[in-house]
Amino acid sequence: MSDSPILAVKGLRAGVADEDLDILKGVDLALGPGEVHAIMGPNGSGKSTLAKVIAGHPGYEARGGSVEFGGEDLLEMEPDERARAGVFMAFQYPAEIPGVSIANFLRTALQSRLEDGEELDLFDFQELLMERMELLGMDASFAERHVNDGFSGGEKKRNEILQMAVLKPALAVMDETDSGLDIDALQVVARGVNALREENPEMSVLLITHYQRVLSHIVPDTVHVVVDGRIVESGGPEVALELEAQGYEEYRKAHAA
Amino acid sequence: MPSNEIIQGLGLDDYKFGFVTDSEPVFKTRPGLDADVVRQISARKDEPEWMLKRRLKALRIYDAKPMPQWGGDLSELEETLSRTYFYSKPQEQMERSWDDVPESIKLTFERLGIPEAERKILAGVGAQYDSEMVYHSLKEEWESKGVIFDSIEDGLKNHPELFRKHFGTVIPAADNKFAALNSAVWSGGSFVYIPPGVRLETPLQAYFRVNQERLGQFERTLIIAGEGSRAHYIEGCTAPVYSTDSFHSGVIEIVVNRDAHFRYTTIQNWSNNMYNLVTQRALVQQGAHMEWLDGNLGSKLTMKYPSCFLVGEGAHGEILSIAYAGDDQHQDTGGKVIHVAPNTTSSIVSKSISKGTGRASYRGLCKVYDGARNARSNVECDALLINETSRTDTFPYIEIDERSATVGHEATVSKVGDEQLFYLMSRGMDEAEAMALIVRGFIEPIAKELPLEYAVELNRLIELEMEGSVG
Repeated sequence: MSDSPILAVKGLRAGVADEDLDILKGVDLALGPGEVHAIMGPNGSGKSTLAKVIAGHPGYEARGGSVEFGGEDLLEMEPDERARAGVFMAFQYPAEIPGVSIANFLRTALQSRLEDGEELDLFDFQELLMERMELLGMDASFAERHVNDGFSGGEKKRNEILQMAVLKPALAVMDETDSGLDIDALQVVARGVNALREENPEMSVLLITHYQRVLSHIVPDTVHVVVDGRIVESGGPEVALELEAQGYEEYRKAHAA
Repeated sequence: MPSNEIIQGLGLDDYKFGFVTDSEPVFKTRPGLDADVVRQISARKDEPEWMLKRRLKALRIYDAKPMPQWGGDLSELEETLSRTYFYSKPQEQMERSWDDVPESIKLTFERLGIPEAERKILAGVGAQYDSEMVYHSLKEEWESKGVIFDSIEDGLKNHPELFRKHFGTVIPAADNKFAALNSAVWSGGSFVYIPPGVRLETPLQAYFRVNQERLGQFERTLIIAGEGSRAHYIEGCTAPVYSTDSFHSGVIEIVVNRDAHFRYTTIQNWSNNMYNLVTQRALVQQGAHMEWLDGNLGSKLTMKYPSCFLVGEGAHGEILSIAYAGDDQHQDTGGKVIHVAPNTTSSIVSKSISKGTGRASYRGLCKVYDGARNARSNVECDALLINETSRTDTFPYIEIDERSATVGHEATVSKVGDEQLFYLMSRGMDEAEAMALIVRGFIEPIAKELPLEYAVELNRLIELEMEGSVG
């Protein structure tokens, strides 16, 4: 573990806003620069809640503990401030924005990172966008489509990866990006993530998933198993393989005991 | 500064802003309306006898017709009308200076990115127009092709026969109470004639008509598109109309002759004390195309339903409308398509945005007469609600007397979703930017039909209006 983590989660308790129940019941996590951590766990264990609390989803609230990003208190920041600070979440179910092209959307997102009065150069942007799409092996016409409007599951996930490639975050939280993808689409997404990591070895990735299979494409440094709102085991990639073989039942029993 | 304050500022009256005029007191008829007032208007304009008679007859129709009981709330209108000056001498003859224009208005123009010259005209101080050269070269082109683009008053003076042949034929005075009112007291507006076969690449823009009568409260426009001609007319602009008037009732008549293509674009943003009740209609002949592109912002109440009467075989009518209802505003807008001839086609696309306590109603009519074989019509209306307090209604009237007709209607209501906002914010946009982007996307199908500079203005204006709408 690196001594100065980019993301430090300590004793995090969190749940759905307006509901008393805690979904996360004390999570500790430290992610160093350039590290890939996988969070695995059964449905309802709190994996996605962790992603949403990190990104600042207004439907969730942190009730205890802390989340620091680059030494700053992330929980005090609005979602847009977090994004501008370098946090990116790849959504499991990204929203549709009819009438807004991906290019326009990304241009607005990049513009929002500039100082007041500073204007994004449109030619520079166009060049960046084309270069990023080429890196991910995407057709240029994709950028003209309206954000997620009528997209297949695979297209939505690719769109998330494209955004990640353009926005170049310090921390990418990938919320079940692999779910619902066939093997080809999964490879496209994994290749994209790996290309970005190669380009920027400092980028940290928090990969939330149900399945081991994505981890053979994006190899994690650490795998955490979350059951009932707590991390019950952390280890190397072999943890994921064991999990795949045995299922979560063992952990559930151990945890209940 | 909250945009609402700026926009509201535009509705206040001259005296508050300390406008001074060095000229003679402006001629005005006395408040209220009767035959004497109508006679004075006609005399001021030095009109032929037939027009005066038409005006007086229209006044009788106006008096006899009851106030409409549908649409928006007109209960206070009677009182407003009793205070209204139905005619005043055109504004540009008043010697206002740019320095006298209130800062709040200048600021609004600036934030909208309206060119300086246009700002002056909009503020009623535009005696000099920097692009006069542009206007002159266009004017020469138009003249060489036989195109007439004049004020409505000059149209009547200089082209009496053409004028008389068409005036009031598309919208007779008896059509509705406000058409009757306009027919009695009309003043200002455009007269346009495109000769057969003439195609104009550059849109005819009303604001080019400098040093002529400005668009008035009771503007009247008559357009005749000759056989096989093509043209695009643009009225208004997205800047708030600086006006002390509290009532606007225009009539726009368009004759689209055989195989002609005509598009009429208007984007208007009225001060929010205004009743805006407009009748606009096109008579579309065989094989001809008519398109209305209509944007309505501001006003207290707007009732406006651009119409296409498809009277010739294969005629096509299209209505694209967009309405924005802010706090305490009611936009009752939509479109009407009347299929009279066989193989006629039409489409209405209406988009509305309601913010705060704003209310947007879609009201549309699709009528297919017996014998309009294979007529096809499609109506799509989409409403976007910004806040919990915003309201939208849909009133689609469909009357079909022809078996072979195909008519489709689709209506959607969407709310700006929390998930959409969060998604955009998670990419770095603040809440206001995110909201503006969602709204821009919503109106994109219409904005993309506008000339670029208008689309840009429309987007800016909506952004300005959206400020302070969140949180």
